[in-house]
Amino acid sequence: MLWGSNARETHPIFFHHLLKGVRNGAQLFVIDPRRTSSAEWADVWLGIDVGTDITLANAMGREIIAAELTNQRFIENSTSGFEAYKKCLEKYTLERAEQETGVPAGVIRETAHAYARAERAELCWTLGITEHHNAVDNVLALINLALLTGHVGRYGSGLNPLRGQNNVQGGGDMGAIPDRLTGFQHVENDELRAKFERAWGVKLDPKSGLHLSGMFEAMERGELTCLYVLGENPVDSEADRNRAKKLLGGLEFMVAQDMFYTETAKMADVVLPAAAGWCETEGTMTSTERRVQRVRAAVPPPAGVRDDIEIIYELARRLGRTWGVPKAECIWDEVRTLSPMHAGMRYQRLEEMGGIHWPCYDETHPGEIYLHGRLWQTPVVGPRAPFSVVENELPVDCLNQEYPIRLTTGRRLDSFNTNVQTGRFPSPLRRDEAIDISPEDGLRYNVREGERVRVSSRRGSVVAPVRFDPGLRPGLAFLTTHFHDQVATNDLTIDAVDPKSGTSEFKATAIRIEKCQTN
Amino acid sequence: MDIHVTAQEASPDERAAVDAELGPPETGWVGGTRRIESEGRVAFGGHQRHPQRHLLLPVLHAIQSRVGWISPGAINYTARRLDVAPAEVYGVASFYDMFSLSPRPAVVAHVCDDIVCLTQGAEVLCETLEAELGPPGSPGKDGRATWLRSACLGLCERAPAALIGAAGKDSRERVLAPADSKAVHVLIGEAIAGRLPAEPDALGPKISVPQAGHAQLRLLRRVGEVNPVSLDDYRRAEGYAALSRALELGPEGVVREVIESRLLGRGGAAFPAGKKWEALLCQHSPGSTHYVVCNADESEPGTFKDRVLMEGDPFAVLEGMTIAALATGAERGYIYLRGEYPLAAERLAHAIELARQQGFLGDNILKRGLRFDIELRRGAGAYICGEETALFNSIEGYRGEPRNKPPFPTQAGLFRRPTVVNNVETLVNVPEIIRMGGAAYARIGTANSSGWRLFCVCGHAARPGVYEVAFGTTLGQLIDLAGGVRGNGQLQAVLLGGAAGAFVSPKELDVPLTFEGTRAIGATLGSGVVMLLDATADLKRILLRIARFFQQETCGQCVPCRVGVTRQQEALTRLLDRHPLGSVDAEVRLLRDMGQAMRDASICGLGQTASSAVESALSRWSLFS
Repeated sequence: MLWGSNARETHPIFFHHLLKGVRNGAQLFVIDPRRTSSAEWADVWLGIDVGTDITLANAMGREIIAAELTNQRFIENSTSGFEAYKKCLEKYTLERAEQETGVPAGVIRETAHAYARAERAELCWTLGITEHHNAVDNVLALINLALLTGHVGRYGSGLNPLRGQNNVQGGGDMGAIPDRLTGFQHVENDELRAKFERAWGVKLDPKSGLHLSGMFEAMERGELTCLYVLGENPVDSEADRNRAKKLLGGLEFMVAQDMFYTETAKMADVVLPAAAGWCETEGTMTSTERRVQRVRAAVPPPAGVRDDIEIIYELARRLGRTWGVPKAECIWDEVRTLSPMHAGMRYQRLEEMGGIHWPCYDETHPGEIYLHGRLWQTPVVGPRAPFSVVENELPVDCLNQEYPIRLTTGRRLDSFNTNVQTGRFPSPLRRDEAIDISPEDGLRYNVREGERVRVSSRRGSVVAPVRFDPGLRPGLAFLTTHFHDQVATNDLTIDAVDPKSGTSEFKATAIRIEKCQTN
Repeated sequence: MDIHVTAQEASPDERAAVDAELGPPETGWVGGTRRIESEGRVAFGGHQRHPQRHLLLPVLHAIQSRVGWISPGAINYTARRLDVAPAEVYGVASFYDMFSLSPRPAVVAHVCDDIVCLTQGAEVLCETLEAELGPPGSPGKDGRATWLRSACLGLCERAPAALIGAAGKDSRERVLAPADSKAVHVLIGEAIAGRLPAEPDALGPKISVPQAGHAQLRLLRRVGEVNPVSLDDYRRAEGYAALSRALELGPEGVVREVIESRLLGRGGAAFPAGKKWEALLCQHSPGSTHYVVCNADESEPGTFKDRVLMEGDPFAVLEGMTIAALATGAERGYIYLRGEYPLAAERLAHAIELARQQGFLGDNILKRGLRFDIELRRGAGAYICGEETALFNSIEGYRGEPRNKPPFPTQAGLFRRPTVVNNVETLVNVPEIIRMGGAAYARIGTANSSGWRLFCVCGHAARPGVYEVAFGTTLGQLIDLAGGVRGNGQLQAVLLGGAAGAFVSPKELDVPLTFEGTRAIGATLGSGVVMLLDATADLKRILLRIARFFQQETCGQCVPCRVGVTRQQEALTRLLDRHPLGSVDAEVRLLRDMGQAMRDASICGLGQTASSAVESALSRWSLFS
């Protein structure tokens, strides 16, 4: 089940593996407001309204319970909070779900039954779930479905957030998360923190750091005045771009360390050119399936460009600490001493085994290709998996007569995010940015394909050419964030942030479309 | 499947042709009228729609016969209806000779210029047509008709031959043999006027089967004697008696009889039929899906015996298949018929319908609980589809390219299920085996070649046609049976086994026509072609025509064949033009060398036999020195 994911275009390699499953007989359900190219491969496409995922998930949960398709033994043995969850579901009838999501009740019922009855079922999601002001609630609603049916902790069943880059997982694993140290060890846990302090010989801040949206708020309050940006381009990628640009411009000092001279780098006081991680440096990366793999340098970086670890070592030296010669394997061995889940992953083993899935606690451990298997032990070992009571909340940027069209954003096959990486090579598929609308809306607003229209939200306004996409319904529009020089999509988007994840609601903007006067 | 279609739309005619095969489109998502208000929330696809891929070839046939060609708009619509990428639809449509991907007049005369027709004046016919209508493919007659050269149409006993088709709402096809330019003109005119007459019925069997009526005939005994469109007449002539007997024997009993009969396949490869059947029977369990496929893609130049059987005794084919189904646990059968046989298609379709009506096909055959039904599929002009795995791909809606073996068809055949493929003649032997018993059948013929064999005697024979003889008859005896060489001609050569066969010289007429006998002289029975060539035949030109045939018919999938057949044609052209590269000897060495490479490295029989006729001629005669 692909929920809020257009993996056909955004995770093409993963989708290739998914199609192998489809060829072997797996059924594919795609839940997405648009009938995307992923949805075209599906057995069933459910075209919900933007921001009604929780209603759909809760109605499916209610139906699974009503049809007695739950995995009762699993619920009793391995979960907590079922009664409260069940009570919360009462009001999410199929009729209500049809009304709110737009998807016929019968189709929701069939989908719920298919998911619950499947011998194995995977729930995969991407930014359609997480780029919302209630992102974490969305995820919890999906977790509830897996707990209800026991589709977790078993081979072939599980919950998969698809990662957007080859090493997003690895970044998080290594501690690039505000509240975690390497190996997901909580920074506010004194014992864990003390372990790192002992190893490193320094005191660590005992409080969680800030996520990206939190940093911008801190800038706004004047608390954050200095920023070190590594491999990120917030000038183009942040929602409400004008505000982001203003805040970054107001910093006292900014360092940008990147392979490319990005829009953010152009604003920085110091730019540190960095080597390409996939071909010019040694190390590891961790794919979306938690497989840690070796990466090797194939070519030396260009003159004047250094490996990220070299830059950081040199920075340390200038700050008065000598760490020796930077060597990826030494750093990795340090990771192994501090992060239990990486402990068994010696370089030699990673090579021999073609990568290892964490956790891998010692050098006899083969790694684990799926997580949460402990939930199937009777009685369950460790804490029970909690059901969460989550209610649907519609997007913050509500539709009205003035802004009647729901704009959602996303990515296309041959471009990546703000185009920093992909804009540098030609693609036969790439086309200029245009606002996608349904052919019916084209008629309604009396615009032709290719005609430039003014697109306005409560925050800003851009001009974009029109393209008709039959995968869209009347009232639904789509833009990417790939080409800010052509259409500054994030001038329109809202920075309503999920307080738990720090992600903005890129997926739901209220807009209107008007013919340009000068046409 | 994400379908990226171009802007071209199908015409109402094209849509109607596709919809007639598939039914009207259910939603806007699959090519119907867009109704976004009701359809914008849900769409169904995937596993519900992908199993339709096997309908691609019938859909393309429907478009071709309705419109006369397959336009980009029609490809787009087909792609959306069947959830197959337009590039794949194009790939399949462009694979077959009978489909045109550029505009073509509705009326087309396909004129055979293959080796047998060449011996009967086809070149003169083609030259006359060219003078009157313009070069092949040019839209003569006010753009309403054209003519094309064609590979063997399987009408060799009445050569030269033509096939005339008129596309349209009420499309028609018929053959014309023997053909002359006047008759071709008349039929084109009638076709343009929308009244292409049917083939005169009385003409066929007596001419095609000179032995018709002889008491000793078994395989051919009903051809020309029993009405082929009457199931009752078939039953009165021992029809379906063998099926009743087979039901008594049960699957194991039937397989035992067929093994004991030592029946070898008559399609060309001579594989023991009983072994195939046994392989399926061993794998059978309740719920397993098996298929029986009748290979009726008779495209080997000079071969027409299966056509004669299907036109003259269609129920015998169905009975043979039904017995095969009983023995192998198949509930579904396919007849894959070459596209150039309109009359056989009509007769078989009619026979299937009657058999269904009278309980000889369906869910409870002869009220004995046997379940089996047959679907007729027409090829579209691709010699390679006679190769069994290419045939599967063709039925499944893919390009008719052979698969690697193993897995063999008995393990993973049609739709990757265990499948028995038998040739038409092989299947027609089956009721005889059941009737007389396998042991008795095995006593006919020779120790290693049991039973009777049909031979397609053609070329410069006095009485060309299909002849039935017991294995062991010598080549000379068979030629005598056909009245020897036409006129007072002198026999120059005999081509045994068709284009994939071998030439033998008049010194070799004592060879017994058995699998082992022909093998001993480096020849093959192949599909039973015995093509006589008198002194007037230009062997060199015939070799070049054979080389051109393979060059046109290679599927291009594997390199040794794709390159080899092209180089073979080039080398022969140089020799014929007296411009050899190096010397004649060097060219002959090159031809043999390429032949060896094709035999060793091609994945299917086409490449493995593409040099066989050429090399056999080179080793018997010094044609080019």
